[in-house]
Amino acid sequence: MTSISSVSAAFTGRDPGNRLYGPVPDVTEQSGYEPEHPKRVGFFTDTSVCIGCKACEVACKEWNTLPMDDSHGVRDALGDLSGMSYDNTGQLGANSWRHVAFIEQSRAVDLPMPSFGRPGDDRPHAHGMPAPDTGDLNSTATAQASVLNAEALSEFDPQTGQSGADKQVRWLMSSDVCKHCTHAGCLDVCPTGALFRTEFGTVVVQQDICNGCGYCVASCPYGVIDQRKDDGRVFKCTMCYDRLTDGLMPACATACPTQSIQFGDLDELQARADARLATLQDQGVETARLYGRDESDGVGGVGAFFLLLDEPEVYGLPPDPIVTTRDLPAMWKAAGKAALMMVGVAVTAIVGSRRPR
Amino acid sequence: MTGGITSPGAGWRQADRGPATQQTTRKRRKRGGGRGRGEVAMVDDVEFTSYYGRQIVKTPVWKSPDVPLYLFLGGAAGSSAILGALADVTGRPALTRTARLTAGGGSILSVVFLIHDLGRPERFLHMLRVFKVTSPLSVGTYILAPFSAAAGATAAVELLGWFPKLKRFGGAVAAVFGGPLATYTGVLLANTAVPSWHEFHTKLPFVFGGSAMAAGGGICMAFTPVGEAEPARKMAILGAGIELAALRGVEGSDSILAEPYHEGRPGQFMRAARACTAGGLGLAVLGGRRRWGAVASGALLAAGSLLTRFGVFEAGIASTKDPKYVVVPQRERMAAREAQRTSGAPAGDPHEARSVSS
Repeated sequence: MTSISSVSAAFTGRDPGNRLYGPVPDVTEQSGYEPEHPKRVGFFTDTSVCIGCKACEVACKEWNTLPMDDSHGVRDALGDLSGMSYDNTGQLGANSWRHVAFIEQSRAVDLPMPSFGRPGDDRPHAHGMPAPDTGDLNSTATAQASVLNAEALSEFDPQTGQSGADKQVRWLMSSDVCKHCTHAGCLDVCPTGALFRTEFGTVVVQQDICNGCGYCVASCPYGVIDQRKDDGRVFKCTMCYDRLTDGLMPACATACPTQSIQFGDLDELQARADARLATLQDQGVETARLYGRDESDGVGGVGAFFLLLDEPEVYGLPPDPIVTTRDLPAMWKAAGKAALMMVGVAVTAIVGSRRPR
Repeated sequence: MTGGITSPGAGWRQADRGPATQQTTRKRRKRGGGRGRGEVAMVDDVEFTSYYGRQIVKTPVWKSPDVPLYLFLGGAAGSSAILGALADVTGRPALTRTARLTAGGGSILSVVFLIHDLGRPERFLHMLRVFKVTSPLSVGTYILAPFSAAAGATAAVELLGWFPKLKRFGGAVAAVFGGPLATYTGVLLANTAVPSWHEFHTKLPFVFGGSAMAAGGGICMAFTPVGEAEPARKMAILGAGIELAALRGVEGSDSILAEPYHEGRPGQFMRAARACTAGGLGLAVLGGRRRWGAVASGALLAAGSLLTRFGVFEAGIASTKDPKYVVVPQRERMAAREAQRTSGAPAGDPHEARSVSS
């Protein structure tokens, strides 16, 4: 039960304990647990070793007995494939608590091949020829039209070409999950107390309390939690709260064959992630970055953070999420002023009118 | 490392040609300053990336028309309760009676719509398990519960004619909660991750407060003999003016998040709302002292208020369905923070000046 006094300090304008926003050293203790609570646990999802096998999705569905749903979250629907990639889960939702994103990318690279003086190399325009990018239909069409020309073929075929550019292809796969935020919008706005912070620092819905008001659905900056239409209540990842209390790892982390999903104490995972990032950067993977690791970010850092190989929005993640309740003191102030304004207008209207006879 | 505002690092681009993930926003037309209908400001195209064009935040599961009706009825009831209590102490029995019945009827109906919107309506009382200032819905429950009890009871004894001395007390209690009931709904919508609601979080309470007075004043004006209706008319006129001015602050904003208020169905709602409210305002000023004028302008103002609620509601819904409303403002925020950090300028807002990783 959240008492009035616990957050009232934040609404006086000062928020010394960062109750609404900012880094929190011990979010579990801030939620009212005794100091000898278990350490905060979390997921570190290292997408650089994800192979997109979806064992995490299957294990999650099986352990939590989640119903089948299609790529738009419609329960018990068959056949609505996403039609965009190998990802037919589509999104996180009430019935999908792990979601493996799949992105195919390409880029043009200059091949540092030695020249053997084959025909065509000495033509001046050949070296400046742009790559046959699939994103540009015109150049592709040009390439296909000139395919009978042996000289042109040798320039475009990466097997035989000695100059110009080639395409590199990569697949990005990332198993998304509820972030179990330090400042969780869903938890802040829940009017029944159905959402609560566990002794492990995670955020869980009590299904016997939830009355399906849907406020959490609108308040999650990541679009994680959702309502089961036929049930009325909301559902999301519990980080396998039932398994944690029995000393087991969550189902997804247990099933992951490549240790892309790592479960453990959050501080240990953060150290491991920092080391992994340094290793990748040493190896020249310049696009690697951690997402949700920074405790000074808009949600105070998250319990389930990621190592990504591209910008967050490429994976369907918001680039700079901020918990909505950061601005709540300003909103209450505005609502109070507006309510006073209403009284003022009503008094003005009464006083400014002639007395009735 | 971020190359450009939204381009992915190291030259990687989406390879397959399914729904594009590198998208460009359309040319955006925005009325400059809200002055003059033909004045159009062009905003540059912004390139942004998304996951196959899929939405990032979830669309609220709140139902239409339940929630817009709840917003409208709660607002009309709240402003009527204030008007009723003031009319009572200044000796205007007919206006008092109309205002009390409006407040009572509106509050009971709004409770019905609120409960009907729940996924598990039979668990409505779970709202009373806790009180959380971080949850506008929890705070609203503790505003709506005493308000609807007081306003409903006052309206009932007004109809039945019992306990005349209790009426003034009940009306006063309802008046105390009336203002908060009408304006907290702005916070209810704004305190979400819905981009086009949250962006205007300090303006929505004023939009809803003004809209509530236009509706409550309009309804009371229409059902009260013109001899006593003057305060209702004045409140409606002032409320409609505030509603129009506050809406201009939302719709006329430079932000990309004002766009959903202009386009598609929400845009139609907003234009109709503006026409009804402005028409009702003019008619109330010119013909509000006559019976027909009071009825017509009151109906227009109430319709304008209702359409405003639908428009604001639907605009927020629309803003969740396109990832650009999440990605583009957040990227702009990051770029502004980065620029501030590199220029070494002293931070005005500590929240905005925090360092960024990656």
